[in-house]
Amino acid sequence: MDLSVISPTLLVASLMVASTPLLLAALGELVVEKAGVLNLGVEGMMIVGAIGGFAIAVETGSPVAGFVAAAVAGAALASVFGVLTQFLLANQVATGLATTLFGLGISSLMGQSYSGIRPPATPRLDLGPLGDLPFVGRVVFGHDWVVYFSLLLTFAVWWFLNRSRAGLTLRAVGENHAAAHALGIKVVAIRMAAIAFGGACAGLGGAYLSLVRVPQWTEGMTSGAGWIALAIVVFASWRAGRVLLGAYLFGGVTVLQLNLQAAGVALPVEYLSMSPYLITIAVLVLMSARRRGAAAAPASLGQSFHASQ
Amino acid sequence: MIALERRAAPSRAWLWGAPLLAVALTMIAGGLMFAALGKDPVAAIRTIFWDPLFDPQFAAYSRPQLLVKAGPLVLIATGLALGFRAGVWNIGAEGQYIVGALCGAGAGLALYPMEAWFIFPLMVLAGALGGWAWAMIPAILKTRFNTNEILVSLLLVYVAESLLASAAVGVLRNPEGGGFPGSRNLSQWASSANPELIAGTGAHWGVVAALIAVILAYVVLNRHLTGFHIKLAGQAPRAARFAGVNPARLVLFCFGTAGLLAGLAGVFEVTGPAGQIGIDFNVGYGFTAIIVAFLGRLDPLGILLAGLLMALTYIGGELASFMLGIPVAAIQAFQGMLLFFLLAVDVLTNFRIRVGRRDIA
Amino acid sequence: MADILTLDGLTKAYPGVVANDAVSFGIAEGSTHALLGENGAGKSTLVKMIYGLVRPDAGTMRLAGAPHAPHSPKEARAAGVGMVFQHFSLFDALDVAENITLGMDTPPPRSELAQRIREVSRAYGLPLEPARIVGTLSAGERQRVEIVRCLLQSPRLLIMDEPTSVLTPQEVRLLFDTLEKLSDEGTAILYISHKLEEIRALCDHATILRGGRVVATCTPADHSAAELAEMMVGARLTAPARIARDPGDAVLTLDGVALPATHAFGTALHDVSLTLRAGEVMGIGGVAGNGQDELLAVIAGERRAAAGRVTLAGRDITRDGPDARRRAGLLTAPEERLGHAAAPAMSLTENALLTAHERKGLARHGFIRWRATRDFARAVIAAFDVRTPGPGQAAQALSGGNLQKFVIGREILQAPVVLAVNQPTWGVDASAAAAIRQALLDLASDGAGVIVISQDLDELTEVSDTFAALNAGRLSAPRPMRGLTMEEIGLMLGGVRGEAA
Repeated sequence: MDLSVISPTLLVASLMVASTPLLLAALGELVVEKAGVLNLGVEGMMIVGAIGGFAIAVETGSPVAGFVAAAVAGAALASVFGVLTQFLLANQVATGLATTLFGLGISSLMGQSYSGIRPPATPRLDLGPLGDLPFVGRVVFGHDWVVYFSLLLTFAVWWFLNRSRAGLTLRAVGENHAAAHALGIKVVAIRMAAIAFGGACAGLGGAYLSLVRVPQWTEGMTSGAGWIALAIVVFASWRAGRVLLGAYLFGGVTVLQLNLQAAGVALPVEYLSMSPYLITIAVLVLMSARRRGAAAAPASLGQSFHASQ
Repeated sequence: MIALERRAAPSRAWLWGAPLLAVALTMIAGGLMFAALGKDPVAAIRTIFWDPLFDPQFAAYSRPQLLVKAGPLVLIATGLALGFRAGVWNIGAEGQYIVGALCGAGAGLALYPMEAWFIFPLMVLAGALGGWAWAMIPAILKTRFNTNEILVSLLLVYVAESLLASAAVGVLRNPEGGGFPGSRNLSQWASSANPELIAGTGAHWGVVAALIAVILAYVVLNRHLTGFHIKLAGQAPRAARFAGVNPARLVLFCFGTAGLLAGLAGVFEVTGPAGQIGIDFNVGYGFTAIIVAFLGRLDPLGILLAGLLMALTYIGGELASFMLGIPVAAIQAFQGMLLFFLLAVDVLTNFRIRVGRRDIA
Repeated sequence: MADILTLDGLTKAYPGVVANDAVSFGIAEGSTHALLGENGAGKSTLVKMIYGLVRPDAGTMRLAGAPHAPHSPKEARAAGVGMVFQHFSLFDALDVAENITLGMDTPPPRSELAQRIREVSRAYGLPLEPARIVGTLSAGERQRVEIVRCLLQSPRLLIMDEPTSVLTPQEVRLLFDTLEKLSDEGTAILYISHKLEEIRALCDHATILRGGRVVATCTPADHSAAELAEMMVGARLTAPARIARDPGDAVLTLDGVALPATHAFGTALHDVSLTLRAGEVMGIGGVAGNGQDELLAVIAGERRAAAGRVTLAGRDITRDGPDARRRAGLLTAPEERLGHAAAPAMSLTENALLTAHERKGLARHGFIRWRATRDFARAVIAAFDVRTPGPGQAAQALSGGNLQKFVIGREILQAPVVLAVNQPTWGVDASAAAAIRQALLDLASDGAGVIVISQDLDELTEVSDTFAALNAGRLSAPRPMRGLTMEEIGLMLGGVRGEAA
């Protein structure tokens, strides 16, 4: 074992890259859950975004077009979930699972002819002299635009939820949909919008995996990232700032684990690769064991709303 | 303007009509999907749903496969359905299936090459216990710490897959396998083999176990207080507490049963159709079983039928891939679509659709 | 004075029921107008139409001379209609200012809003702190949030839906002061209630609905409460009667029982003690949210006491669950019919099984005897005049009154030693309510101990031998009902302990 091959600079830099898909997907799910909807289809929406973005980026040669397509694909699949749960009042847990199963199936179908291709590169953003600073230049200012976009999005989601009137309305819907309806707030419309936003974010996260992080298309390549994103929302007690923390923590675990594998640590590879999942479980247990953790969940989370009489 | 109106009581006709309508809609949408892939939709649907059973060329091979594939699906789905009825969401059956197979195979291989009558029963027991124990992890975390059982059970699937990979190249690797990953072939070792019981049917011990599980689950759900309490807890959790149901015990029971049955499915598979522990031993039965459970209306008899139908899509899918070049992945999308349609038409069970009246309420 | 709102031929039908049938009347400017009627008479559908939550099938409304046909609450508010809901319109996890801003269409910035909240609350005697989280407020304070939310938009018509059902008598008086002040300033008030004495004291006019139609309009002060009740129900009501009986031995005692709150905004029970004797009806009053559900849960065994002892006929049952307590003869009926006392989508037969399998032997070795269960359900239906096609009917298909008769009957037919019920006639029509009260009294006459937890003081004065009040999870010492004045009851409800009053 040789730990000296692990460079702290590269470690932190790749941590940001590894965390970005989780951050994007978890931010989207945060908004969805704040509106009182539990969408367990994050994994499915991510992988549809991964292949959708990959295919369009390859066909057009433009990674930006790929990311846009990924957001659209994620939002489209999310909208199916939305129609089923909001209009047809299907059980949210079952529909979320269906979204994931369908997403995994349709993505491997769409991805048949895209295996083994390299996508067009997403260049690192040129931030001028900032990028030349020692350590910080590489670690903080040496990334592509999506990384900064995800950070910006974190701030935007925080501002939206806590400072804007629309965000207050959305939280109200998630707290008590019957009361919101009685005040004339359009519960279903707001939830549909939140669901579509969540899908778009998950799609972006998926595309970041296939276009930047890996970068390649392989079947089932999200391998649980969507579920970890769901766990991050719980970890974060439904707060945007903590979602960032959670995503970077889990991203860090993944990167460290990969680096340890590369460094040839005495543990078998299989045990290292299961560590992100085990750590996720451990964190979930810690969060739920604290009584206040559960109290932070939106009160209407997961309940169907039907304005009857 | 279309409005939904809650029915006074769930419609019995739609309870069973909805799955049939969903299958029909899926065939239409699936046909469109195949057409989009440039295949003849009618031929594709026929190849998937008709040829495996009735085509003289393929039926001899395909018909027995029906029970081989339906066995584990029905076994797992029956266990899951108990939990889903109670509002206990175990979606990690795939992991319980893997761990069951690992434990069963491990218990047997520890005694290799001894030949004894008790080895197979011992393996079955070990497999059932393995699946049960793996399911107990999310169940106990749920009851002790109120940890979300959906996420934990699912995440444990990935852990189980890593364990499987590690076992296939490590402890369970065949020492005479020339360094290739994978265990000894259990179906060729007399003491551990789970053979076809009646020639030409595909029925092995797992199929027998599935039938027994269906019958027991039917009795529990319809004739026993336990089943009544399961349904009560799912429909009205507060009423269940009022009736004296202990929610924690119910979670343990539902996870335990589902894990046990998934573990059994795993051990019957590894000793029979699969034959050995390999890196790609699991093929997603644990997830497809979720679709089977819903398609079967969470009812044991319905699950039996749904399991056979789902098995048919697997076999038909392979046939369609072989005959028409339709990607095998299309079947997975097809199955997901079926669940979508089922959830969509399910609204008709509890709601009436009214058209034409404007009403914003 | 001119009418601020006139309704002309308003009709609204739901499948199987005409909620409003050609309803017409007018509300004068600055008047306080009562809308009276039983549950299901169509009061709430009518106000939802005025507030834009429901659109009428036929008929027109005019507000201050202009046509009023709101498509949404937003439009209704813009036209000058404000509404204070009985429940369902506050958000526990948000603070007072956020709750208020959500009900406003053009809210001022937060700092200015806080200032205006303080101004309005001072002007109308409704003290409120803008930064408090609503979930931590008492029922009376929560209502203030709703009222202030309306007042900030200077409505011309204020709709109040059963505003006093959550208030103590003292709080009711404060509310009336506020309403009188408003009406002096020219705001019309549409006041919905079934509390007749209140309406006689407060309202200038009354419109009485029965079965969706206007059956009478009158000046409430000109009629006695009994006359108003007759107009409302359409029949003469007889007060429940009972055979007097000396109380026997203690059958149920609670001794220093404590129970922690289950969630952030829940109520905890502290040091609750009581002794119930055979043949006694103990009434437990209290404003909503003071621990009624928790008290019933700890009696039923649904939750175990964290401290203290529960004994039934001398036997310690503190650690027993609901089934063991039922075996011993302690039966209960919680407040929420659908979802707690009964499973909505299940048949009456299955709902009979829910609590009766122990005492009625409806299961052997865990195997259900469906035929015996069906027979028991039929017996309940017959004995308590439950109107339903049969025991196969789903619980949710029954009207509130019929389901409540089934729920109470299910327990009574099991011959309890002690029966504890919470809000036994809440949302139930008058004839069913009378039948239920009579059944409870008959049960006590036969020697059972009965606890009636209720927020309806009229009900408690009618049935109870002894009275105790729940306040913030504490129970006052029980006192004989006879001779207690409303004033004393009000003080007990407000938290002054019985022995001191």
